[in-house]
Amino acid sequence: MYTTELSKPGATVQPIAPQEDPELLAAFEARVAADEFIEPKDWMPEAYRKTLTRQISQHAHSEIVGMLPEGNWITRAPSLRRKAILLAKVQDEAGHGLYLYCAAETLGTSREEMIEALHSGKAKYSTIFNYPTLTWADIAAIGWLVDGAAIMNQVPLQRTSYGPYARAMVRVCKEESFHQRQGYEAMTELANGTPEQKRMAQDAFNRWWWPSLMMFGPPDENSPNTAQSLRWRIKRETNDELRQKFVDITVPQAEFLGLTVPDPELKWNEAKGGYDFGEIDWEEFYAVVRSEGPVARERITARREAWTQNAWVREAAAAHEAKRRSRAAA
Amino acid sequence: MSDWPLWEVFVRAKGGLAHRHVGSVHAPDAELALRHARDTYTRRQEGVSLWIVRSADIVASDPDQAGELFEPAADKVYRHPTFYEIPDEVKHI
Repeated sequence: MYTTELSKPGATVQPIAPQEDPELLAAFEARVAADEFIEPKDWMPEAYRKTLTRQISQHAHSEIVGMLPEGNWITRAPSLRRKAILLAKVQDEAGHGLYLYCAAETLGTSREEMIEALHSGKAKYSTIFNYPTLTWADIAAIGWLVDGAAIMNQVPLQRTSYGPYARAMVRVCKEESFHQRQGYEAMTELANGTPEQKRMAQDAFNRWWWPSLMMFGPPDENSPNTAQSLRWRIKRETNDELRQKFVDITVPQAEFLGLTVPDPELKWNEAKGGYDFGEIDWEEFYAVVRSEGPVARERITARREAWTQNAWVREAAAAHEAKRRSRAAA
Repeated sequence: MSDWPLWEVFVRAKGGLAHRHVGSVHAPDAELALRHARDTYTRRQEGVSLWIVRSADIVASDPDQAGELFEPAADKVYRHPTFYEIPDEVKHI
């Protein structure tokens, strides 16, 4: 899963703090421009640290919140095979969250602060998880489309300039491919099934298509931080470039399933070698970013409850450790 | 409650290879760190052995000193076998 930069439109590019040492800054820019990796203890401009911390922690939060819509369906998976697959996928999402939190922590923000920021609503996560999963076909659609969009976003980030983030992305990308393929396989079964199953598949596709395109973030002209993020190799391709790639590879996959893309303006454009597609409802996107998504409140409530209701596990582990330590000292 | 200590995780992919750093986990003690590391980093048989080290116990060189530390080796090319010229007709050397 992935979240792209979710700062609100109209936010201005953060100027590099003037107090940065110009010599250090020039050396840093040269290293990044030469595609070198920056490691935790290397000198870096404050704005780089801040932007990365926000991006990586948002990415981590998205993985964690991403477990919720799918977790809802574990007990209702249609077969034992599907249940085992879904469990493994949800466990992977937890793992991805942990890799990413670790990467973000190397920039100097504690895990506790990040989790607190998520639970208080201060931190953002991918808008996609604020849509409900109404039927089993939604689980198939999420794997195929949402994880597909995530892969599209994450593959270039394996070459991002910050070493720990790039390494986390390598692991994530290796695992993510299974997520997408199991989703497409589940969708194939529905699309080749009874008329009712076909309707379910089309219905889920209709509801997840546009939110998946929104996952790439605002259009380039409204993405104020893109230029700096590209220069710093925090981002490797623009939102619109990645979105176009996603449309171009996904449309034939939908056609193979006999599904109709819910976009009357979708048309192959021979000249550009890609599809033209309709306007995205950006009002909806920004509303979801502002946590007005259909199930935004439910998601965060579920997260907070998981944290507080399972506090006893953390307390027990800490108590066990303290007891052992005192015994060892005695 | 503040964060549990951080532990660095090293995985031996298979016999014959060295343990390699893969990431880190938070845990109150070594035993739980090992369990978390297993769940977080070896879900797909990535390893046959795990090492866990408290992050605070790792002593690292300072990247700002990298020049002083590593550059002196740069002008000692005679430490490499290719520095030496051996006539072509001499074999097995």
